[in-house]
Amino acid sequence: MKSLIKKLVEAVGPSGYEGAVRDLVKAEVAKLADDVRVDALGNLIVRKGKQRSDGLRIMLSAHLDEIGLIVTHVDENGFVRFTSIGGVYPRTLFGGRVQFLNGAAGVIGGEKVDSADKVHALDKLFIDVGAANKADCPVKVGDLAIFERPMIDLGKRLVAKSMDDRVAVAVLIETLRKLENSPHEIYFVFSTQEEVGTRGATTAAYGIDPDLGLAVDVTATGDTPKGTRMAVKLGGGPAVKVRDAGMLSDPRVVRWMSDTAETAKIPYQLEVLEGGTTDARPIQLTRAGVPVGCLSIPCRYIHSPSEMVDYSDVQNSVRLLVALLSNPIHLK
Amino acid sequence: MAELKEFLKKILSLPGLSAYEEPVREVIAEVWQPLVDEISVSRIGSLHGLKRGEGPDPRRRILLSAHMDGIGMMVTGIEDGLLRFTEIGGIDARILPGTLVTVHGRRELPAYIVQPPAWLLPDDQASGRTVDMKYLFVDTGLRAAEVADLVRIGDLISFAQSPIDLTSDWVAGHSLDNRASVAAVTACLQELQRIRHSWDVWAVASVQEEEVLGGAYTSPFEIRPDLAVAIDVTFARGPGSPAGYNTFPLGKGATIGWGPNIHPALYESFKTLADKLDMPWHDDLMPRMSGTDAMAIQVVAEGIPCMVLGIPLRYMHTAVEVVSMKDITRTGHLLAQFIAELNVDTMKNLRWDDES
Amino acid sequence: MTPKKAATSQSPKIGKAQIALLERLSNAVGVSGAEGEVRKIVMAEIKDLADDIKVDALGNVLAIKHARTEPALKVMLAAHMDEVGFMLVEGEDGLYEFETVGGIDARQLPGKPVLVGKDHLPGVIGAKPIHHTTADERRNVIPVDVLRIDVGNENGKKIHPGDRATFATRFQQIGPSLVGKALDNRLGVTTLIELLRHAPAHIELQAAFTVQEEVGLRGARVAAYALNPQLAIALDSTPAGDLPSWDGEESPRYNTKLDGGPAIYVADKGTLSDPRLIQHLLRTAETYGIPCQMRQPGGGGTDAGAIHKARAGVPVVSVSIPGRYAHTAALIARLDDWQHTLALIFHALQDLTPAILDTDRS
Repeated sequence: MKSLIKKLVEAVGPSGYEGAVRDLVKAEVAKLADDVRVDALGNLIVRKGKQRSDGLRIMLSAHLDEIGLIVTHVDENGFVRFTSIGGVYPRTLFGGRVQFLNGAAGVIGGEKVDSADKVHALDKLFIDVGAANKADCPVKVGDLAIFERPMIDLGKRLVAKSMDDRVAVAVLIETLRKLENSPHEIYFVFSTQEEVGTRGATTAAYGIDPDLGLAVDVTATGDTPKGTRMAVKLGGGPAVKVRDAGMLSDPRVVRWMSDTAETAKIPYQLEVLEGGTTDARPIQLTRAGVPVGCLSIPCRYIHSPSEMVDYSDVQNSVRLLVALLSNPIHLK
Repeated sequence: MAELKEFLKKILSLPGLSAYEEPVREVIAEVWQPLVDEISVSRIGSLHGLKRGEGPDPRRRILLSAHMDGIGMMVTGIEDGLLRFTEIGGIDARILPGTLVTVHGRRELPAYIVQPPAWLLPDDQASGRTVDMKYLFVDTGLRAAEVADLVRIGDLISFAQSPIDLTSDWVAGHSLDNRASVAAVTACLQELQRIRHSWDVWAVASVQEEEVLGGAYTSPFEIRPDLAVAIDVTFARGPGSPAGYNTFPLGKGATIGWGPNIHPALYESFKTLADKLDMPWHDDLMPRMSGTDAMAIQVVAEGIPCMVLGIPLRYMHTAVEVVSMKDITRTGHLLAQFIAELNVDTMKNLRWDDES
Repeated sequence: MTPKKAATSQSPKIGKAQIALLERLSNAVGVSGAEGEVRKIVMAEIKDLADDIKVDALGNVLAIKHARTEPALKVMLAAHMDEVGFMLVEGEDGLYEFETVGGIDARQLPGKPVLVGKDHLPGVIGAKPIHHTTADERRNVIPVDVLRIDVGNENGKKIHPGDRATFATRFQQIGPSLVGKALDNRLGVTTLIELLRHAPAHIELQAAFTVQEEVGLRGARVAAYALNPQLAIALDSTPAGDLPSWDGEESPRYNTKLDGGPAIYVADKGTLSDPRLIQHLLRTAETYGIPCQMRQPGGGGTDAGAIHKARAGVPVVSVSIPGRYAHTAALIARLDDWQHTLALIFHALQDLTPAILDTDRS
């Protein structure tokens, strides 16, 4: 699975412009799916299986998009001003390398600051693409860029940009590959525009109208020096999300997920996240309502160019998802 | 009214935090069962009670929405047997230290919210200022090993304050926001047993208002009412809430909403009716949004004309909220009489006053 | 740039009639939640221009002009009728406390004349005499809850808490500019009426004159659900922040510029426009020689924010007429920018075919 993850995290797909990543996923799932389509917002919707009398219509969602930057102005000297797409922390920017959708590359520089420990605000930064002047500049207002960084394999742990949420995309693909003989009709949704407000999942869920929804996304950990206090740790297994800043999982879904993990002897953790949310939020509020939960992959340094996951957590996430979807579901 | 107060006090004593409303829903369902024709539960747990009208098919529908979820807390960490927690719904940390709560672990555990001494806290939480919620603990009085056995991350913590009869009319307790409105809707359903109405009435005890307006977005999609009334609590005058346009005297009448969230023709209808019933009431001006289920209901599907009725309440979002039973029964009565007047021409007459 | 085609003779023009209509709309009072006066004017103007017209539960005007050929693309155009303003909340002796409705900078309020209620009764938002202030005090913004709307001592009985109020600005045309209150978005409303008048034969045109955009895109949300379009364009006005910088240096921030033509959105706070529609607009502009500009990505939003999330999703793009000093007593826009916006959307609609949705969104 590591080579699949590497392909995905190194692809370029900022919110709203996920085409390249979607094409990659399409190629991976083409032979595994019963139906593949793309909706009005670019969501890739992959259907597998038919709903048996003891089965449900289930929607799984992992988002294709990553955070990035968008050009607001190119000055006379060819320097590029920008604003953010999704939650970009200014302190991760100075000296970073970016890659534009059109292939151009650049480095982030900044105006002078009073002291070396000050963090530049977004509007005091610029991208230098090496252009001599405005006419020479290969990018224009409205162009998008992502943070360029190759993946590194540390053995037990993997580090890359856009682990959020490409590692979950990989988990969904592997689950699709491994799932045999499920009683459920399952929609594997590779959603768009999550980072700017879970927009793709909103419309995908309306189109599918599922009986049950499960987002698969990353969550933070509390296991780094003097970090935010939080019970989830890297290597502790996939996390069953109870709550985050944008939603409360359906308690029946939380019970079903924990019970399944315990029965299948898969390590898991319970998660309460005090900042951030996932595709599960809009799915829950779709139409007449949908019981939802989220399977979270623990991840350090989220929304930096070097997000770190534990490979065994990733593998256990696949195992847990397969276990969850292989049998009839009785929510209680 | 004594029966209604007993019902109110019973549902105040039950947990029912946002997304975890089942315990209180069961009791409300028991009481609504004989008052309606059909009881059902939405996909995310809202309670729907349908009382059919006598008009010919297809009948128009009115939806009454009173959220049944209350605010509380959730366990985020366990350290040496002490619990760290976060809020469900909005809580001012200043009301917490020294508060009696129940931890819903493997069994119900009584506990207190406690404030650590200043030297155990970072410098910015210096002695004398409010300690942020993330530094408070919940102490069950049990030792660490037992706590590890009984409590997990994600377990709920609810206020344990029992309801108090402050006066013969005023009740104090937690979750009067919004169980007071559930009681008002119940009073309405009781009155409807004795009066005839042509429209179908959908009484909804909605879920997750305090967090995402979950019930308010989803129940109307399923029910597709022609009109909706959200019943919620509003701000009563008292310490911390001085007299102003958005505070109201306690026990002197419910409020009728006005603003972009409310259809102006419904305002006129309710106002006229309240005067006809010789009932005290007040304008609740909401220049932007109402902060109630109506914010969601109004924009479901093709849009639904809404009204917001408010029951004045002191000390909102504490464990010692105070309401007047008289205001609750007035609200129930106003709703029942409004429903009695609904007829085949109601929607036709629901005009914008610029329409000729 | 030489246009590849000349604008057709049918391309609608902004003439005296359109400017007169804009004047009536700009002077009308329609604060979010109470758009009645504007709605009345719109209904009268469009009654012969559409096949179906209805007013929905929130007060949106939904007008459909059917196509005269098949297959017809269902295109929704949205322009919000509401403006930012005030609601009076409490008062006596002709002095009223008030709240703002929609985003208004409190610094735009002291010392302004206003119009109150359906009868447009005159009032003023006063301020303390300078003689009684100190230099220190004058550095601080006067909070809205300290300000009062003063309607004098005779009209008290005609005015009640709950009444809405707006700036009292009267519309004027000054040289190349149009000046008035609420040009955000009466410019869009007037443009939409003209587009309805000149609807192309091969499109089912769904004109949504929406309410409550300024308080959360609320009208657009239900309008899009009801109309269920295949694609949508939001017409609005957007700030032109192209004033000189204090230090004389080139400013990288301006959002849009006056005389730059219609502003096409790539990204605002609520929407990432559909690239297929952005490209269609840019090609149209080039083909017909219509000047246009890209609105700087960043904050702000339009009805598109609600429309694109309706049902199973709608491809959208927003196009705005630039205006300086939005959400103040007087917005200044250029007649030329308005004319070019109308021409751009007109030709974009004429040249739209269902094939635009044949490729996936990027």
